[in-house]
Parts: sequence; structure tokens; C-alpha cells
Amino acid sequence: MAKVMDDRRYAESHEWVKIEGDIAVIGISDYAQHALGDIVYVDMPEVGDEMQAGEVFGAVESVKAASDLICPVSGEVVEINEALEDAPETVNADAFDTWIIKVRMTDAAEYDALLDAAAYTQLCENE
Amino acid sequence: MSNRYIPHTPADIKHMLDRIGASSVDELYADVPEEVIFRGEYALPEGLSESELREFFNNLGARNRSLKIFGGQGSYDHYSPSVIRHLLGRSEFYTAYTPYQPEISQGTLQYIFEYQSMISELTGLEATNASMYDGATAAAEAAFMMVASARKRNAVIISATVPQRIHDVVRTYCKFHGVELREVGEKEGVTDLDALREMIKAGDVAGVILPQPNKYGIIENLEGVAEVIHAEKALLTLYCDPSTLAVLRSPAEWGADIACGDGQSLGMPMQFGGPYLGFMSTTKAQLRKMPGRVVGATTDAHGKRCYVLTLQAREQHIRREKATSNICSNQSLMALYATIYLALMGESGLREVNALSATGARYLYDRLIESGKFTDPFKKPFLKEFTLATDMDIDAVNKKLADNGIMGGVKTGENLISFAVTEQRTKEDIDNLVTLMLKED
Amino acid sequence: MKNYDKLIFELSRPGRKGYQLRRNEFGFDALDNIPAELRRKDSPELPEVSEGDVVRHYTNLSNKNFGVDTGFYPLGSCTMKYNPKINEELASMPEFAGLHPLQPVETAQGALEMYYNLQQALANIAGLAEFTLNPYAGAHGELTGLMVMRQYHISRGDTKRTKVIIPDTAHGTNPASAMVAGLEVVEVKSKPNGSIDVEDLKPLLDDTVAGIMMTNPNTTGMFEAEILEIAKLVHEAGGLLYYDGANLNPLLGKVRPGDMGFDIMHINLHKTFSTPHGGGGPGSGPVGVAAHLTDLLPNPRVRKMEDGTFTIDTDDRSLGNVSTFLGNFGVMMKAYAYILSLGCDNLKNVGPMATLNANYIKESLKDLYKLPIEGACKHEFVFDGLADKSTGVTTLNVAKRLLDFGFHAPTIYFPLLFHEAMMIEPTETESLETIDEFIDVMRKVAVEAAESPEILKAAPVTTEISHPDETGAAKNPILSYRSLKQQQS
Repeated sequence: MAKVMDDRRYAESHEWVKIEGDIAVIGISDYAQHALGDIVYVDMPEVGDEMQAGEVFGAVESVKAASDLICPVSGEVVEINEALEDAPETVNADAFDTWIIKVRMTDAAEYDALLDAAAYTQLCENE
Repeated sequence: MSNRYIPHTPADIKHMLDRIGASSVDELYADVPEEVIFRGEYALPEGLSESELREFFNNLGARNRSLKIFGGQGSYDHYSPSVIRHLLGRSEFYTAYTPYQPEISQGTLQYIFEYQSMISELTGLEATNASMYDGATAAAEAAFMMVASARKRNAVIISATVPQRIHDVVRTYCKFHGVELREVGEKEGVTDLDALREMIKAGDVAGVILPQPNKYGIIENLEGVAEVIHAEKALLTLYCDPSTLAVLRSPAEWGADIACGDGQSLGMPMQFGGPYLGFMSTTKAQLRKMPGRVVGATTDAHGKRCYVLTLQAREQHIRREKATSNICSNQSLMALYATIYLALMGESGLREVNALSATGARYLYDRLIESGKFTDPFKKPFLKEFTLATDMDIDAVNKKLADNGIMGGVKTGENLISFAVTEQRTKEDIDNLVTLMLKED
Repeated sequence: MKNYDKLIFELSRPGRKGYQLRRNEFGFDALDNIPAELRRKDSPELPEVSEGDVVRHYTNLSNKNFGVDTGFYPLGSCTMKYNPKINEELASMPEFAGLHPLQPVETAQGALEMYYNLQQALANIAGLAEFTLNPYAGAHGELTGLMVMRQYHISRGDTKRTKVIIPDTAHGTNPASAMVAGLEVVEVKSKPNGSIDVEDLKPLLDDTVAGIMMTNPNTTGMFEAEILEIAKLVHEAGGLLYYDGANLNPLLGKVRPGDMGFDIMHINLHKTFSTPHGGGGPGSGPVGVAAHLTDLLPNPRVRKMEDGTFTIDTDDRSLGNVSTFLGNFGVMMKAYAYILSLGCDNLKNVGPMATLNANYIKESLKDLYKLPIEGACKHEFVFDGLADKSTGVTTLNVAKRLLDFGFHAPTIYFPLLFHEAMMIEPTETESLETIDEFIDVMRKVAVEAAESPEILKAAPVTTEISHPDETGAAKNPILSYRSLKQQQS
């Protein structure tokens, strides 16, 4: 069973969001990295891009699969994890310790509407 | 029932039906509704023997006329060394499937790697895909790639000096895909760069497609253009002729993000229009947005250098409707063609091909201008292809030439005619062409 | 040469040449007139090798390849038939190979007649009105055909029809082609036997549907027996039916797509009509349409005039151009030669014999491999891996082990309907003996899986290379000799 952490919330599309002030730190869950296998590339937006909740902000690719990354909250991209350009495998090593982008949130309610750890655990079990 | 391509004898069929437990082959189609079963006869003659088939094609071929070619516009009569035909005829190459099983496809994978390496040398751009259908579809794919890369911008600017047939295909693709294609006009035979500088500022432009050489054969001076385009966060695609890249400033040297074009000029038979070879190269930054197959070098379990299809997660068979392109095959065997041609010619051979072609073209150009019947509306540098204006009846002249075993220039406008001269045309051929064209009937 | 592992670049020696061109007889060099700012500064680093080097190098590379002439390809959906040699010879006849695509039509009548007659033959075989031979490959044909579909609705002012229904078992290119053509994909579910669920289809058929794209037999090799009902429903809803010709082979001699109600289709000449796959191309993907759609086909068009001569023209109602000239002409010649070789009599045996071969393999192996769909298949069928799931041996392991025995692998992990899918298609050109040998090997592999699964997990062991590092290749792409050299230094 994949790990789930209760210090953050989750989207149904398997991204996690952790709040640091008005910044949403976003990554993919342990379940998602496991399902993809060896990650070879993380496609990220540019700093300054405006995202709407539900919009595709990038993709994670393994050798024979690819999955879109969907932004769970709206706001401006303020930072991307450039280390992933050279070491995408860190997502596999520790998905919860490896953020992908940081977004300055415009609507905190979007965070509250995401799944909590218990609900997300349930979701993964049903898949 | 048996035929030279279908080996089943009646005994084989009976044996197989017994194993299956069916009484007839028709029984295997029992689930097909009766209304759709084809009961008629195909409107074809009965099967031909090999000698009859050869005779049939000989008769058909006799209704074609082999001409001395002075036309270009996307198909060039460069010389094709004999070696290529022999190596392409090795059935281990041409009867192979796409190299999805790298363990038994190292031959294909390695030559594609070599092909990518050679095209990257010519374009100066780091990454080349395993090839596409033709130059026109490669240009259309480049337009889509620029839009995909820009994410939220949906317009592409194309120069009016991009060859017409390329332009037509890009327009069709963009129309259906929903990409807004805008045309930047021409001035004195080249792209109107002042107009481009204005159009690029629209804010929704993902990229620009410019030709090199252009539809008139003119080598455009694109100094500073890439900088203007990049300042607006758009990309530059150069549509070029790979043969000319032995001498012309490379797409990388012009600052292009993508180079594409048709590889036919690398000695491929004109073959009435195909198969040819679309090529595409890009920078490392845009590599993951590039459509088509790509081969990469790696090592196997024993540490042996080998080659595999890579970056497949971008492709249609994985991403389905989320892929940026639907391309599935490539023109692999034509990529092998280009690879062997470039290996034989090397940089010096390719440069000599350009020198001989351009010199022949210049000689023809001078003779036509001297005749007083042709004028150069543009007076710009060119290599093997150039365009002149004339008051002569181009169709009538070309008919006369064809009757004398020559394909003249291609009519590209009401009074415009485009000539192409390759290293295969001798001084005598050119003199003969000019004499015939000018001869009063 | 044994263990030959050089790249052509590694044979290069400064000053060596593999060419000789004629002398410059003009007394000047026009390159001197090209301004310096238009000329390149960095020379491309191409190999410098002799002609003999080139021949030996590529001959050695060819020895590292498997092809139809080497052995059997049970490759589902790919129709890997024998490629007749005479066809290669005919296609390279100088009377055709030397034709410029823009030379006067009066001087290319033989070529135009070939194009026209092949187009007519395909229309007759498909039960449709007219074909364009311009598309370069199957996926390009799909794209062109879907453009016809959209253009049809647009030309009638019915612009809201932007959805295309595609079964979940479809070839991956189908949804990708739809996306490129600007259509939105709506997936229709299949029943456990792989056929389209008509009840699931009905609610999808509203006035935004441009059409449906399907293949028959579908990708599980089963005939869609409800095709007439599907055609009726789609047509009543105002949509068109697109036939993906990838699976046309079993229908030759038995069923014409047009007679099933299809309005548009493409044919892969490199599958059904035996032109070589060429290691990935060139292919050819002609598109055929029913009578009410012929005006919309792409430009340029080859026409037969009243006086029996042929010409090239364009039509304003056309969807536009999809190719620089008239498509992969050289490939068309091979397909036409194949059709004429078989003729009306032998062409009728193609589908039945391909179907017979597939059913024979299926029945001979279904005790050891899991057959998810019972009943007579057509040209291909799908196993869901080994019947005995306790060994931990996967479809990938079986596929790789087949390479050790000198067979190509089947298509694996497609269709997506089955986790361990293994799609097998023998064509009609394979003899009983070859097929029996394949069956023997498949049985032997199944026994190995039970007795010594480690053999399968290590496979292949007899091939040129084994277990290439694909993750490393994707993570750190090395796509050229220049980049390879940089990595090494």
C-alpha cells in the first residue's frame, strides 16, 4: 500500500498540495509515482504562468507511460523545481518530499475542497 | 487454391480445418451478416504471371517519357550513386518492421541514429527525429509543435515566400486543427521583415515559418530575425533544403529553434513525387515537444553500446488523443537512403554538388538574361534554383521542350518561370535548352 | 564481420572520399558569388569514408536486423506478409523512377494511368466510389479521412458536429488522428467480447457527432456482427462511418467495407497489399469515400479525360492538400503489381487463408495460453498471457523469449482491454510448416514458464543485444554521434 501523508490535501488526479502561507506547494503522490514506474522526465510550466484549478500544468513521463499534471488550485506559478530537470527520479525516491511547482493561491477555498488523507486513501484503495 | 504467394494446398486446408473443428473456411465467417458477404467478382483480370506482369509495366512505362530535367520546385534531379540502390535492396532492411524489438533491430536503429547525427550536423540543431513523410507535412508538424510549446498561443506566421505546395499543406493542417495561420507578405522576392516585426507583436504568436532558400530559389538574409521573434517568446522554424546546408548558413547559425524540410534533394529518385523524406531538427530545449520517433544510444545488460527507440511517452500509441501528433510511421528506408548518400558524399562531396549545381544554374541564368527575353525581377543570390520573368508563352515553350526530351522550367505565375539545375546537367545540355527555347517556330 | 559495432563516423579518416563528380566545365564557381553572411561558418562533420567502407558498414548493419525475409512475424494488426521481389524491381524502373512530379502530364501518361487504375481497383475492392492515393501512411490516411468527415459537415453548414466516437479498443492512432483533425474524441465502451456495446453507443449519438471511427474485425480480431445496426444508428443521427483499414486483410474476398455502410476508409498498402514496411516506412495510406464525398478528397487529383488520357487537376470543393505531390508513388506501384499478380481469382483467397491461419494457431495454443474471447476470429486474435498465472511469467517475457527462437514477438499489451494482451496475426503468406513451428515454440515456451521461469525472465539471450537500458536512454537522451562523443569525454 502506497504511503499517504496527513499534513496535506490531494486531488483526485493524484497531485498533493501543501500550504505554506499563501503558497501552494504541489507534487504527485506516492501512489502516482508507483503507478508510473521509473520517471524519466517532468514537464513543468514557466514561472509567471497563470493557472486555473483543473488546468494541465505539465506532465510526468516514464519510459512507456505519461500522465498529465493537473493544477489543483488557481494562481500564479512562483517557482518550479529545477532540480527535477536533471534528476526526475527523485520523484520516485520520495514523492512527498519532492515538490514540482509552487503556486501563489488566489482562492483558499479551492484547497479546502480537496481530499484529505483519509478520503484520498479511500480513493486509492478503490482504483 | 494455391498461388505463388499463398502456399495453402487442399491437404493443408483440410488438416487445419480439422484442428479447428470447422467443416469449411466459410464457417469461420459465419458471424458475418449474410447481407454484407461479397458474392460478386472483383473487376480485375485474372492473376498475371511474373512475365506478364513485367510486360504490363513495360507497356505502361513506355507511355512515360524520360526527360532532361530543368524544373525543381520541391523535386530535384540530383545524381543517385549506385551503391545506395544496392544497399537499400538488402531485404533485412526493407522487409523489417518498425524497430520496437531492439534486440533484433539494431541495424535499423543504428542507421536511424546515424541519420539523426548527420541531419543534426547539417542543421546545427542538437536533436533530429527519425524522419517524417515529406517536407510539407514536416512543416505542418513544426507549426503544431510551436503551438504546443507555447501552450497558450495559437497563431503561426508563415512567409509568403515559403514554397506554394508546402504552404498549401500547412494551411490544410492548421485549418482543421484550429491553428490560426497568418501570412507575412513578400517584398522584392523575400519575406517582408518589417511587416514581420509588426506582426510578431500581436501577443498570440507561437512561432514563425520562414524558408531558406525560398520559393524563388533566393537565399534570404535573416540577420537579426530570430532575435526579434525570440524577444516575443515565439519560436522560429526554417524550412530548408538539406543539400544546400553544406554551404549555406545553418538554421542554428540563423538562430532557428526548428529546422525542417524535404530530404529528396539528397540524391533520391524523383519517382513522380514520392517516397521522399521529411526531416525535422530542434534544439535541446524543444526536444520533448518534437513529434515522431527518436532513436537514442544506450547500453545493454552487458555494457554493450546499443540503440533504442526513446522518448516514446510523447507518441500516439501511448498518449492517444493527448499526443501532439498522430504520426506513427516514419520514412525509415528513405532515412537510410539519406544516410548512405551523406556517408558517400561527406561534407566535401555535398559542397561540390552545390558548387556544380549553382554554377550550372548561374550559367543558364546568364544566358537567359543575355537573350533579352527574360528579366530577373529580384536580383538576389541563389544556388541551384532561380525564377525569371518573361513575356514568352511558357506553356508553349515547355511543350516544345518536352517534344525534344526536355522538362523546362516550372511555371509559377502568370509570367514567372522557375528553373533548377543540378550537377547532372552539362554545359551542352544547358546550351541545347537555351537554343530550343529561343528558336522561333 | 562478427561483433561489428562501429558507427560510420568512427570509420572516418580526413581526406577519404566515397564519391567522384564530373569536372566543372563552366570555368567559374558560382559559390564565389554567394555573400559571406549567407554562408555557413561551422562545417558539418560528416563521415569521410570510401565507397567500399560504406558498402561493408551497411551490409554489416543489415545483418543485425530481422525482417520478413528472415523469419515469421506474428505481429497483430501489422499484417507482415511476404513482399514480392518483382514488385521492388518494377517500382525502380527508370521509366517511373526518373519522372519529375511536375513534368508535363502528356509525358507521364503511364504513371497517371497507373495511379488512376490503382485508385479504381481499390474502390472496387472496398465497395466505395473513389480513392485518393496521396496520403503517405495509415495515420496520414486516418487524418485525411477525418478531414473529409469534418469537411462534409462544414460544407453543409453543420458546424456543430465536432465529436467523433471511437471504441476503447481502437488503435492508438485513431484518437490521435482525431485530435489533429480538430475533432473531440468520445469513447464508446466495448462489451467483454471486445465488440462495440450498441446500447452504450445510442445515447452518444446526438447532433454534435460528426461520425464514428472503427475497424471491423475489431482489434480483438472479432467481427462486429452488429455493424449494420451501428451503421443505421450513426447515419440516422447524421454522422458518417469511418473504417480503419488496418484490419482489412481478412475481408479480402469476403466483405467490402462500403457494403457494411462505411462512408470513408483508409487502406494501408504496406499491410493489405504487401508493400514492404521498410523498417518503419515509407508506407502508403490511400483514402476512399462513398459517392457523396468524392468532391471533398484532397488535391491534387488524377482524372481520366473523355479522350482516355489522364491529367492532374484540383477541385475547389476539396478539403485542401495533404501532400507535396501525389503521395508515395513508388509504393503504389508495388501495391498495383501485387493486385495484378493475384488478380480477381487469387485476391479472393487472401482473407480466408489469413483467417484460417489465425484460427489454426488459436486452437492449437488455447490450452496453454488464456483465450479471453471464444469463437472464430478473423485474421488475428488476442491471448491474455499464459493460462497458468502462477508462474509470474509475463507477456513481455514470452515475447522476448520468442526472439531467442528466431521469431519476431507478437504485438503485446494491446488492445488495452486485457492486462497481458498478446495479439497474434499470421498472414496468408505463411505456410502450414512455418505456423506449426511457431506453435511448437509457443508450447515449448509455456512449458519453460512452468518449469524454469528464470529462463524467460532472462530472455533474450541469443540476440545481438540483451536488456537495453531504456530508462537511461529516456532520462538522458543521446540522439547523435556528437552528443555521444561529448558524453564519453
